[in-house]
Amino acid sequence: MIRDIIGRAIGGLMSALAALIVAAGGAAAAEPIKIGSFLAVTGGASFLGDPEKKTLELYVAQINANGGVAGRQLELVLYDSGTDAKKAASFVKRLIEDDKVDIILGGTTTGETMAVVPLVERAGIPFISFAGAGVIIEPVKKWVFKTPHTDGLAVQKIYEDIRAQGLKKVALFAGSGGFDKSCRANAHELAGKYEIDIVADETHGKGDTDMTPQLTKIKNTGGVEAFLYCGFGADAVVAAKNYRQLGLTLPHYQSHGSASKRFVEGTAGASEGMRLPAAALLVARQLPDSHPQKKLALQFEADYTARYNEPISTFGGHAYDGLMIAIGAIERAGSTDPEKVRDEIEKTANYIGVDGIYTMSPDDHLGLDTNSFVMVEIRNGDWQLLK
Amino acid sequence: MLTEFLQFLLSGVTVGATYALVGVGFSIIYNASQVINFAQGEFVMLGGMMAWFLFERAGLPMPAAVPLAIAGTVMVGLALEKFAIEPARNASIVTLIIITIGASIFLRGGAQLVWGRDFHALPALSGDAPIDLSGVAVNPQSLWVMGCTLIVIVLLHWFFSHTMTGRAMRAVAFNMLAAQLAGVNNRLILMFSFGMSAALGALAGVLIAPITLTYPDVGIMLGLKGFCAAILGGLGYPYGAIVGGLIVGISEAMTAGYVSSAYKDAVAFVIILMTLFFMPNGLFGRRGIERV
Repeated sequence: MIRDIIGRAIGGLMSALAALIVAAGGAAAAEPIKIGSFLAVTGGASFLGDPEKKTLELYVAQINANGGVAGRQLELVLYDSGTDAKKAASFVKRLIEDDKVDIILGGTTTGETMAVVPLVERAGIPFISFAGAGVIIEPVKKWVFKTPHTDGLAVQKIYEDIRAQGLKKVALFAGSGGFDKSCRANAHELAGKYEIDIVADETHGKGDTDMTPQLTKIKNTGGVEAFLYCGFGADAVVAAKNYRQLGLTLPHYQSHGSASKRFVEGTAGASEGMRLPAAALLVARQLPDSHPQKKLALQFEADYTARYNEPISTFGGHAYDGLMIAIGAIERAGSTDPEKVRDEIEKTANYIGVDGIYTMSPDDHLGLDTNSFVMVEIRNGDWQLLK
Repeated sequence: MLTEFLQFLLSGVTVGATYALVGVGFSIIYNASQVINFAQGEFVMLGGMMAWFLFERAGLPMPAAVPLAIAGTVMVGLALEKFAIEPARNASIVTLIIITIGASIFLRGGAQLVWGRDFHALPALSGDAPIDLSGVAVNPQSLWVMGCTLIVIVLLHWFFSHTMTGRAMRAVAFNMLAAQLAGVNNRLILMFSFGMSAALGALAGVLIAPITLTYPDVGIMLGLKGFCAAILGGLGYPYGAIVGGLIVGISEAMTAGYVSSAYKDAVAFVIILMTLFFMPNGLFGRRGIERV
């Protein structure tokens, strides 16, 4: 009881102080829009969460400097979940109950995102996730949206490219992680739609040091026309190196999980000629001027590198798109009423983002299609946009 | 048909050789202390990470980076013995084993802090271009792995049978009290065992880094597989660990090649279970010897 009173007193003081500061700044005396966020800034997924955090901070500051949203400043309440789903859930509880945020952005990994879905659904707060897996939005959940491409989209893009070359018979090789398995399941599921025959299907364990037995089997399978690998990280590098060691020359496809410079460097030349789907951001300079995303991608790159002096990653793009979709919805709703904001997020149409052009609907809380990917080929250790 | 078999065999022997180096490390420490050192896989990781750091970041030439990386890992091994195992030497074996598990988590965390979570690539010692031996594609690095393992086996044999320290280590393994009474310094032997195991692990780490890349978690699976090798060969029998490592590696490759790659990782653990069910002392362990 006493704690409650003191808490309220402090809260009152704080808002009085905030009001003073805002009034002193000459801006509208309206309360700030509270954006809650929980990201894996440290821990296993820090390479994803860190650029996401930096992107949010960069653009919240930029928007505030330009007068905020609908005359109100933004206030970012950000917690580091340490790549721990349990922590993520307790931070989201805090965001909902104590910080009373208007919208929640974040959830770097699928595990963290799925752990908080029941909480936001119960509280009725719009939530835009930055995590990859399709399971987040399939089946559709009323309050949950996401911005990154799904592995299913990547597989579709790859199949389109394989079919465009008149090829049909695919050898599939996948790791055993969550992403790898989901990608493999999608590859099987979508094969029928694209008239692809999966003639070989091999797997490997996490951290395997040698994959030549599996690849030898694929090499000796008759009639294989293309090779698709599902996985990322060090395993993907080992697969690429072993593939080259055995002298396999079939067209080699990997997922967007391998669309990083570190992957190309790790393979030490063994990834030459490999094709993969990637966000337009990766090859922004090579895009034709008519490409709708070119201007934005270059602007994002310039902003980010100017502020942090480090190269951009596609992960920051997920955060950028999440923030901009949220702000667009709040502007259109004209308030932070959760129900109205949620409806407006769902009505997002033709929003040109870093990751693609989003058009959401009641059945699609992602809003991207295969056009949001471009196919790139690795040439001379760099990305070459395929026309 | 035959080339396919040889390709699988080559893969199995390469991987098996690294398991063997890790397994020998398990056996050496077990001999000196009856402790199973679960930080053995982390020695592998440290060897690879340090070599990468010295070569790529500090710009040292490979012939300097590799020995320095091994020496650095030996220092870590000695420190582990000095500051974690020795202060607790009166504790039970189980406590000591738990300490090594703690040490492995500590080393992984430390590596993440110092070198980051990303994977790093160490260039191959003699290029990446595969050698074609009548249809079998051989990675030159595989030859390094196999060659170095062979040299290590020869050196170990010489060390254990012809040097005073080696013989003292065997004496301690055979009967610790009797060795002590005969004037062997137990604590020095234990220290030496940790240093030697760290060196073997680091060597495996340096050799395998160009094939698998190196990252903070790389030691987990290699450590477990090396443990399988040591159990299969009979804990405390370094030569047994070598045979065990090769058997585990080759079985994995053959399973992936001829049966199904889905079962590949299960092979090592099935082998461990079978060994413990039917030959609790391993292939080379003498029956009926109970260390109390």
